Amino acid sequence: MTCAALTTVGAMTPAQFARGLHDGLGVRFGPFDMHLQLRMPGLADSLHALYRDYPVIDANRVFTCHLTMQRTRSLRPGRPAMVRVLVDGRPPHEDMLASHALAVLEWGLNLAIVMRHQGYLMLHSAVLERDGFALLLPASPGHGKTTLCTALAHRGWRLLSDEFGLLRPRTRLLLPVPRPMPLKNESIAVIRQFAPEAVIGPEIPGTRKGTVAHVRPPADAVKRATEGALARWLVFPRWVAGSPLQLEPIPQAQAFMELAMNAFNYELLGLDAFETVRGIVDQADCYRLRYSNLDEAIAAMSMLSQCSAA
Amino acid sequence: MLCRLMFIPQPWVRALALLRDASGLSRLPPAELDLALRLIRRARLLGRLAVAAERAGSLQQLPGNAIDQLSSARVVAGARVRSARWELDRLDRALVDLPDVPVVCLKGTAYMLAGTPNSAGRLFSDVDLLVPEEHLPAVEQRLRERSWIAKDLTAYDDLYYRRWTHELPPLSHDERGVEVDLHHSILMRTARLKPSSALMFAAAREVPGSRFKVLAPIDMVLHAIVHLFYGGEMDDALRELVDIDDLLRHFAATELGFWEQFWARAKALDLERPAFYALRYTRELLGTPVPDAVVLASMIGAPSAPVLALMDRLVPRALFPQHPDAPSRLTEWARLLLYVRSHWVKMPPLMLVRHLSYKFYVQRLKGPAEDAASAAA
Repeated sequence: MTCAALTTVGAMTPAQFARGLHDGLGVRFGPFDMHLQLRMPGLADSLHALYRDYPVIDANRVFTCHLTMQRTRSLRPGRPAMVRVLVDGRPPHEDMLASHALAVLEWGLNLAIVMRHQGYLMLHSAVLERDGFALLLPASPGHGKTTLCTALAHRGWRLLSDEFGLLRPRTRLLLPVPRPMPLKNESIAVIRQFAPEAVIGPEIPGTRKGTVAHVRPPADAVKRATEGALARWLVFPRWVAGSPLQLEPIPQAQAFMELAMNAFNYELLGLDAFETVRGIVDQADCYRLRYSNLDEAIAAMSMLSQCSAA
Repeated sequence: MLCRLMFIPQPWVRALALLRDASGLSRLPPAELDLALRLIRRARLLGRLAVAAERAGSLQQLPGNAIDQLSSARVVAGARVRSARWELDRLDRALVDLPDVPVVCLKGTAYMLAGTPNSAGRLFSDVDLLVPEEHLPAVEQRLRERSWIAKDLTAYDDLYYRRWTHELPPLSHDERGVEVDLHHSILMRTARLKPSSALMFAAAREVPGSRFKVLAPIDMVLHAIVHLFYGGEMDDALRELVDIDDLLRHFAATELGFWEQFWARAKALDLERPAFYALRYTRELLGTPVPDAVVLASMIGAPSAPVLALMDRLVPRALFPQHPDAPSRLTEWARLLLYVRSHWVKMPPLMLVRHLSYKFYVQRLKGPAEDAASAAA
């Protein structure tokens, strides 16, 4: 963590970046230093755009993980090209379709982060910051967490993460993990319309989660990836087709249970997890949000932050 | 004294030094520390290193990424201990009406209950229990009545376990992931060596405050030895050799007459061959201090000279996890040969051919992916 970054991905030409990825390249994602070696034709261009603002780092360090990705040869003719991920020399899952390589890479990095940082409490939550305070949006898959997060990140909130609410045990400081945000299915078109300035990677159809496309995190979010924010608002969002906006306070006990259940590693951390979740719920305003219209949801979130400021 | 001529892969020379003395961690240049951590993670010894680093006071001097990974391994090891203790608690309750049946914990849970030094930060997942064979049906029945079930078991596997092996098909409780293996012996029925479970039950030791027992010190080491040389799972081999080294050093210092009785016990349990190998390779590779008299006595367990020469080439090569970026074909072959050997000594030839061809067929069918958790963790 002491060595200065050499440059950013965007400062390299696409050809330099592609060669770097082929030979092995260090990239810093917030607190995580990843060593990537990707031998996949066509992947580097998408990554060059999505990873534009991330620092490129030298190899003289301890990395979070070394991830390699390569095409696998199939003995049987007519089978689609596959891609194999190796994390420190071992496959964390079976080979996936080569056409899904970008999504597979992003999931692989997330998996490595989860598996290797059990010393932190990891909430399955989007996190954004305003006026130095953090808004947590914990949700189950399919509840519109990433969509709402992407929208807020393009309306004055600083993105900390669309996926990980990361804290050291017994603190309330959310640590940023800005990563590309994977929109799914209908939300891709929704965000294209809502934030035309958003840079969105290629649409990848047919994944486990349907069609996926990744949004580049705003440059400011990546630049300020060492600035944490104190938990202040805890909102459980749920997108419900045709629903009017509902933002209602919920009891702390209920917020506690939902937040604890939603953590990736609550049981592993044991007492530390309990104390951390309790600390957040003690100090945060807790709400449930139902919405169908993004603009209304965003207005409600800014009202929340303004009321608290006043 | 034997000459230290055995092969140790170059990157492992430094990693082994760290496993012996964790204070060296903070003196390593970052790139070398990175490689050492990757190797030690692969050997599933990161939790152990984390505990040692903390005790040596060197943890907080490391780069943040190293602290994170080591702390993570500690948290996982701590959680495994909690879930193992909870599983034992539930098993205790399930077996409450069988108070006279001796139930002996083996391996990870035994180290945990006995508090041996290798238990600190040790990653383990299964609860292995040894029960007299005549009581096995009653114990299995109690567990099945209380929702321990055998998951994803084919008819072949069920038959294989019950007819040929030393354990029942693995059980786990419906609501929890912990695997419970019920053994009636420490070696397969079909193995040429016949260690007597009755002798081991007779010597087993009480654990204060627990209904579970642990093997007597020498038996505990001998079981670890059998597991390493007859288990066939080369992925954990280095960790198991480290277990043996730890236990030998610990019991030599804490158990009166440990070395004096060691070889006689190995002989009584029909485990001279594996005990010979274990003493040879812990001494050669990990520098375990073994009294000369025991080394001399152990020569009776040695195989023929050509076999020993072959094992001396194969074991060190297969024992150390591969360099993650530069795996060697030779090592893969050594592992395959030792895997076949571990079955060769456990089964009659025809049965071995049948079993290995079935396993090969199933593995090819299922594809090469490994268990997600164990691979990335």
